[in-house]
Amino acid sequence: MSCSRRDFLKNTFKTTLASALPLSAFRMLSPAEVKAYTGDSSIRWVFLVDTKKCVGCGLCVKACKLENEVPYDPPVTRTWVERYVLMKNGQAHIDSAFGGRDGFTESKIGENEIPTDQIAKGFFVPKLCNQCMKPACVQVCPVGATYQTLDGVVLVDRKWCIGCGYCIMACPYGMRFFHPVYKVAEKCTFCYHRITKGLKTACVQACPFGARRIGNLKDPNDPVTKVIMDERVAVLKDEYGTKPQVYYIGLDTNVR
Amino acid sequence: MAVEHIVTQGAEHLFVHGLDWTTKELFTYPNEFIYWSIQIVMYPYMTGLVAGAFVLSSLYHVFGQQDLKTIARFSLVFSLALLPVAMMPLQYHLQQPFRGMNVMFTPHFTSAIAAFGIVFSTYAVIVLSEIWFVYRTYFVDQVHALKGKDGAKNRFMYILYLILTLGAFDTSYEAVVKDKKAVKILAGIGIPVACFLHGYAGFIFGSVKANALWMSPLMPVIFIMSAVVSGIALCMLTYIIIMEFKKWSAIIAKGKGDESVQVIAGAELDVITKTSRYLLGFLVAAISLELLDLIFRGYTAMKSWDILRTVMYGKDFINIFVLQYTLGNLVPFIMLLLPGITIRRVFFALIFVLFGVFMMRWNVVIGGQAFSLSFAGYMHYHLPIIPHNLETYKEGLFGALTVAATPFVLFWFINKVTPSLEYK
Repeated sequence: MSCSRRDFLKNTFKTTLASALPLSAFRMLSPAEVKAYTGDSSIRWVFLVDTKKCVGCGLCVKACKLENEVPYDPPVTRTWVERYVLMKNGQAHIDSAFGGRDGFTESKIGENEIPTDQIAKGFFVPKLCNQCMKPACVQVCPVGATYQTLDGVVLVDRKWCIGCGYCIMACPYGMRFFHPVYKVAEKCTFCYHRITKGLKTACVQACPFGARRIGNLKDPNDPVTKVIMDERVAVLKDEYGTKPQVYYIGLDTNVR
Repeated sequence: MAVEHIVTQGAEHLFVHGLDWTTKELFTYPNEFIYWSIQIVMYPYMTGLVAGAFVLSSLYHVFGQQDLKTIARFSLVFSLALLPVAMMPLQYHLQQPFRGMNVMFTPHFTSAIAAFGIVFSTYAVIVLSEIWFVYRTYFVDQVHALKGKDGAKNRFMYILYLILTLGAFDTSYEAVVKDKKAVKILAGIGIPVACFLHGYAGFIFGSVKANALWMSPLMPVIFIMSAVVSGIALCMLTYIIIMEFKKWSAIIAKGKGDESVQVIAGAELDVITKTSRYLLGFLVAAISLELLDLIFRGYTAMKSWDILRTVMYGKDFINIFVLQYTLGNLVPFIMLLLPGITIRRVFFALIFVLFGVFMMRWNVVIGGQAFSLSFAGYMHYHLPIIPHNLETYKEGLFGALTVAATPFVLFWFINKVTPSLEYK
């Protein structure tokens, strides 16, 4: 073959130049980037949980499981309620059997019978995805199958998720799990299919005590936004820097 | 209703990932299970072996460590055999294994895993081309030797070698010198890439800020050091086994009256002792870093230390301090340092070293999930032994053994084409 090294390099250089120009018209987009254009940028969905109103009935968990087709009996759930019983000696008893789906009717916590005269305080804390501003789960997804919409909700593309579980590991709140039927990462979506149509989330609608509320942080007249702006609210585990967007009223230092 | 439909339809194959092998204690979040199980222990272990084997061969090719000459060629070919196996545990682990390729299609570069495809392919190209340059002359020799020979096997091997030469038949002195130069350059590039390949496996864990045990900037460095330790140990071990096997089969053949057989020396103690010096060096580095990490965690005693302490000094004490540090590190360290070293003692020390590195991976991956994100409860991992469905095979003992056995099977095949133990 009569191709000297000089010719080879020359031709390689030419080809690269010639192909670079038309190719630069294209841009590589990950599915996450494409999907992220869903949503309304004039909205920022946030959640407000008033722990003082929660009685631990578990209707929210039930409603969520039914609405979002999360199999009813397997012990995984998009939202759950935790029960905290703090003793006078400082000991904390925490439980959330079946995510609190069936309500907290047993006075036993785990194996422990709780002596009522020793209880200092007790309360319930509902948990759901914090739809963080800087979601760790989105950051670590290797294929971009999980993404944040313009209105702030983190969703999973069930057709693209490879099921590596990195997002499950990355979430400081333990929100994510593998869907027992679809075998991909699953999480609370604030019932995105409902809120984008003007409906409330299933859990908000099911809560008889108004302990759960959803709102738009970008709307100053939204009652939820007003509470977040005017009153003293807290978020869970802010030390991870994910900027969670589920705000709590009446949070206790013992809440995990 | 759709929901009832899905529940009844899927009832028999409803499988909550992790439920089969996780038991919980005290308070854990409902969705918490040991999601990353045995295959994720195997993954850094296998990539570690690849990286280590390659670094060992490069010590000879780049730094001209003549004492490693015999083992260098072998460990290079062995690292090729290990290469596909680094990916196997990930495939076994994925819930959607057929979508594994998506990582190459749409790499999401803020994720530490996304670069895997690229780093891994780069590394594969380097290993393959280095082997090609090392064996090119041999391929040409084989083509000349097999030319015109009869028999299906000879024809097949002839065509195979013909393809492998890639049309480069020049074996003049200048060409061979160029080959050697290329090998040196490739091995030189290969070292940082091998370290990166593995260091970044450490980064995958070290960067998970939600996990109190994993999150540490030392993690990648610890992973590299222990990778090199395990890689060198496995190469030495396999070398000893193969050479001793050859020796004994020669002796037995001679004993049966086959006078044409020449008794060979077996594993050379000289090669082994010199290689074990490098092993000890990396072992010291690995242990120092791990202890530094442990001491630092205890001293700074952040919020997570309370639960980490109960896991490390309580629940996982045997795994960490007895099996990993004592049996896996201290015992082989003493065995390799004591005077009057023999092949047999090195052999057992190497097994302990390999076991120690495996336990380190285990204690990182499983230990990192032994406590709840709530810091108020624990999870225990029960390795599925007898599989009762695909999941418990894939993420059970037999899945792990399949992964562990594959490199040796692959090596057997590859070594038929590029003999790494006879050809000088």
